[in-house]
Amino acid sequence: MNLAFREIRHKLGRFALTCLGLTLLLGVVVTMAGMYRGLMADALALPKSIRADLWVVQADTNGPFAESSRIPGNTREMIARVDGVVAAGSVTLQPVEIDRDGQGLKLEVVGFEPGRPGGPANLIAGRSITRSHYELIADRKTGLALGDRLELGRDVYTVVGLTQGSITAAADPVVYVTLRDAQDLQFDLTPPEARRAAARGAQRTDTDIVNAVVARVSPNVPVEAVAADVHRWKHLSVLSEDEQEAILASVVIKHARHQLGLFMGVLAVSSAVILALIIYTLTMDKLREIATLKLIGMPDRSIISMIVQQALLIGLIGFVTGAALVSAAKDRFPRRVVVEAADLGMVFGVVVVVCLLASVVAVRVAVRVDPARALAG
Amino acid sequence: MNALVELRGISKHFGEGETRVDALRDVTLSVRAGEVVGLLGPSGSGKSTLLNVIGCIVEPNEGWMRLDGEVVYDGQWQRRDLRRLRLEKIGFIFQFHNLLPFLDSIDNVALVLHLAGYPKVEAQRHAVDLLEYLQVGHRKLAMPAQLSGGEAQRVAIARALANRPRIILADEPTAALDSERAAIVMDLLRKLAVEQQAAIIAVTHDEKIIGHLDRIFRLRDGRLADDGDSARA
Repeated sequence: MNLAFREIRHKLGRFALTCLGLTLLLGVVVTMAGMYRGLMADALALPKSIRADLWVVQADTNGPFAESSRIPGNTREMIARVDGVVAAGSVTLQPVEIDRDGQGLKLEVVGFEPGRPGGPANLIAGRSITRSHYELIADRKTGLALGDRLELGRDVYTVVGLTQGSITAAADPVVYVTLRDAQDLQFDLTPPEARRAAARGAQRTDTDIVNAVVARVSPNVPVEAVAADVHRWKHLSVLSEDEQEAILASVVIKHARHQLGLFMGVLAVSSAVILALIIYTLTMDKLREIATLKLIGMPDRSIISMIVQQALLIGLIGFVTGAALVSAAKDRFPRRVVVEAADLGMVFGVVVVVCLLASVVAVRVAVRVDPARALAG
Repeated sequence: MNALVELRGISKHFGEGETRVDALRDVTLSVRAGEVVGLLGPSGSGKSTLLNVIGCIVEPNEGWMRLDGEVVYDGQWQRRDLRRLRLEKIGFIFQFHNLLPFLDSIDNVALVLHLAGYPKVEAQRHAVDLLEYLQVGHRKLAMPAQLSGGEAQRVAIARALANRPRIILADEPTAALDSERAAIVMDLLRKLAVEQQAAIIAVTHDEKIIGHLDRIFRLRDGRLADDGDSARA
């Protein structure tokens, strides 16, 4: 005879409400873990989508994502000639905000050389850029469709391809244009400024500047060896794919990550306290029944088992429904929420430990109940 | 006839020094099989403490006690597992029946049998037999909240009898019942005492049930005011 389940069945409404409360609480914990993962995934999405073995940037910088980096456009030819490099391409990155249907749309414009590394590797519709100018590949998150036209700077671009998952650490969608168009966008003056400059007789300065050169290395050559060769140029720094990802994780999203981690910790402790209070209250409500059970001969271990089973059941139901709720709703969040099995396993482990710890106070009370209490009027 | 409950020189005090309260002083009594005896006395006279001592819930400070032929206290408990002792030898009937609110009548009774190691089917069958014997078989699936006061007390008596204990301790068993139902319950206890050769000790304030008792022990300031042989009042 399982007394834990019998009591739950008897007080089903109250039990269901308790589980609902815990469901929401644990749902928030799972969401926090998912947001943490989402933040990481967003931050790494762009470098991963470019699929470069090496990032060559301005000396002594962590560019191009963490710091500003500017290097001459002819760096690409130098890198392409390094032994072991099979392909190299220049890239520029520039955040812009445009007006789209009356609403501000923040974009990251990536300039790349079609046919060379630096372009999108995750095309899901349309084609790559084939013309020298005014073609654009957009991430689906922009809301743009194939054939749409978009004004960037002084020019109008046509969407010829769509990607999925190309976003920045700030979750802004990425659009890809040719390097030349990106440089024009980056360095051209706005029309009124250009008119004023022309009236003053100013010459257009050299715009062959890029933010980074990305290189793919032959599988037969160690990436470290190629990086060491590039390091000989004192005006350049070189980052491997892993280093680039480490910089993004440690520098770009460091504070947000710590804040989320802190919230997760606070929530976990809050959940533990609330669960402990719930279990304690449930136990205090049945002290007379516990005294009666002890008086008629029920061993302490059966009473402890009853309390612990109820605690674990509340925790289990709260966790399962909370995780299911978040899994079902994760795509509706404004930022990416990535629910990973490993995180769910960790939260589940924490819930089990918290349930057991939460039972301790209630169990101590139950064990100390005097059977004579059952006889008291 | 052998005594099922025998106490000699049982004393119990709470606290020490100026705060010391002598709840029981040199109590000696015996109750035989088939007897229904009452513990009477004003509040604070030691009735509940005596019931708790006989129920092996409270340890006396000195004296000797034998229950159903087994010496359970002789200056100290003679058994480590008092829970088991209660389960095997003693049945409890409470003032407010104390049925578990989340179990139906059958399971309230069968629980004691489960604890004693009965298989589930046998425990349930025996519980139904007991409920029918106590004329509440038709309420076997009812939850305690659905039972009348008299029905609930009968289910509680069935639970007290489930493991066939030879000693039944009743704490104000009729306090929550009207005169008619109180008389029915006391007649039932008397019948059980005779049929099952059990000793029934009831703490009561209820003067109207005194006529149903074989003997009365009156307690005053922790002492027995008489030897219990005053027979029916």
